[in-house]
Parts: sequence; structure tokens; C-alpha cells
Amino acid sequence: MKITDKAFYFLGFAIIAAMVVGILAYGAANGFEFSGADDQGGDAIAEIDPSYEPWWDGIWGSYELPGETESTLFALQAAIGAIIIGYIVGYFHAVDKARKGKLLKKQ
Amino acid sequence: MHIMEGYLPWQWCLVWFIIALPIVFFGIKKITQVIRENPEQKMIIALSGAFIFLLSSLKLPSVTGSSSHPTGTGLSAVLYGVSCTAFLATIVLVFQALLLAHGGITTLGANIFSMGIAGPAAAFFIWHALRRAKVGVPVSMFFAALVADLVTYIVTALQLTLAFGNATGYGTAFIDFMTIFAVTQIPLAFIEGIIFSMFAKYLADTRPQIFGLEPKCEEAASA
Repeated sequence: MKITDKAFYFLGFAIIAAMVVGILAYGAANGFEFSGADDQGGDAIAEIDPSYEPWWDGIWGSYELPGETESTLFALQAAIGAIIIGYIVGYFHAVDKARKGKLLKKQ
Repeated sequence: MHIMEGYLPWQWCLVWFIIALPIVFFGIKKITQVIRENPEQKMIIALSGAFIFLLSSLKLPSVTGSSSHPTGTGLSAVLYGVSCTAFLATIVLVFQALLLAHGGITTLGANIFSMGIAGPAAAFFIWHALRRAKVGVPVSMFFAALVADLVTYIVTALQLTLAFGNATGYGTAFIDFMTIFAVTQIPLAFIEGIIFSMFAKYLADTRPQIFGLEPKCEEAASA
């Protein structure tokens, strides 16, 4: 059986959606908090080697960005990526359309 | 996979910088050369970089009860190789370290190595092995992106084991770090594989020359 293009994309999105919903539902049932793995890495270091002290706090020092601001900045990063992808896909689409139009005229 | 600021002894920071920086500089050189020789490639390079930007900002929940993010390096690794990807990943990691206090400047070398070099190198290898075995573009891309993601996190676990393993023994430390980073990452790597597979199919259908495929007859006629 050959999978059509539409079915391929539909299946892809469906699997991703099902996985995310499944993971969230599983997490809700188990009371998971879904904290960041990067932070957990830091906690694990403290556990494995309690004598280790982080030797630099970085340019922000101990100041932590408010949760809302951090989300905004993450959204900004995602937006930069998404805008570029959207622009290029749109550009490709327009070029193809123009080329097809020219071909039809020739015929 | 971001090792946080200050969480890597300075000797290890130095080691990873020494390994990563030459590859990043080589990547800058290679990208400039590609753009100079084929200006039309600029779009595809931007596209590969944009995927790293987009995907590495998405924090997704995983079955282990923590959340983590994909790396987005698959497309660039497959199309432009390891050094170019290392450069593109550096841009994203610097952005995150400076603006998001995510990752860090001191740990930048280690983070570039895991996300920009080790993961993409694995992807590059898998992609070429599968394409040589005549596996289709979407399937090859799926495995390349999945492996890029997973290997990135395995290498992060390795980096932390090397730095902290002598306290409790390397075996225990490795298992601990692998549980936090790599196991969490398995479902996310799968999702990333699907996303890239869909996009690779789109590219292979509309711009087959990107993957070195024969253009379709309609395009060939207009060329």
C-alpha cells in the first residue's frame, strides 16, 4: 500500500499530538511536575559530589528571570526560527507557482 | 543538554573549548565559502539554522516526569556537515546563555561539543549510511534527526560523568546522568525525528536538488 502525501503528513502530526497528549496524561496521573532536565542535572551533581561548588553564577549572577519573562524570551527564540522557516517555505511556494504559470503560458 | 553556568570544573570547560572552537571556526569558513560559491544556498542555510532556533526553544514533557528540548540539528548536519552545524548551534547557544540564562558562557564549549558536534556527527554518519543503502529521504532523515538528538544528550551525560565520576565512581555517575538526560530524551528524539522526516519529504518533493536527487520532469523542462 502506498501512502499518499496527505496521509503521510497527517500521520506525522497525529503521532506527535498523540505522544505529547499521552505523555502529559501519564504525567498528570503520576503527579509529575515536568521540571527541566538541565536543572535536574545540576541537582544530580550536588548529590554525586556534595563538595562541588558552582564556581561562577554567570553574568546574571544569582538573579533569576521572572517565569513570565523567561517564557517570553523562549517564545521569541521560537518565533525567530518559525518566521524564517515560514518566509522561506512561502518563498519556495511562490517561486514554484510563478514557474508553473510561465510553463502554462509557453504551452 | 545545557550544562549550567559554573557546573563544570574550569579544567573541563577549557578542554571542551579547545576541542570545539577550531571546529566552529572551520564551520564559519565553510559557510562563507558555500555562500560565496552558491549564493542561492543562503536560503537553505538560513532554513537549517532556523530549525535549530525553533526546536531548541521548545521544552517538551517526557515520560520520566521532566521536560527537555529537541536540538534541531538534523537538517543542517545532513546538508552541510558537522562544522557548519557547530557554528549554527553556537549562535543558538550564545543566545540562550546570554538572554535566557540557559546553559552558560563557561560551559559553552562543552555544550557546543554535545549539541553542535557529537550529535550532528552521528546524524551525518547515519544519513550517509542509510542513503548509500538506498533508503528513502524521509526515513533516512527520521533516523538522522533522532540520532542527532539522542547522541547530544548521551554526550552531555558522558561529559558530566567525566567531570564528576571520581566522587562516586564513574559507573554510578554515568547511570545517574544517563537517566536524567538520555532516557528523558528518547520520546523527544522520536518526535524530532518525525518533524524532520515530514520536512525532508516536503523538501524532497519541492526541491529535490537539495538532497542531490533528480528534479522532476516538470522542473527539468523549465530548467
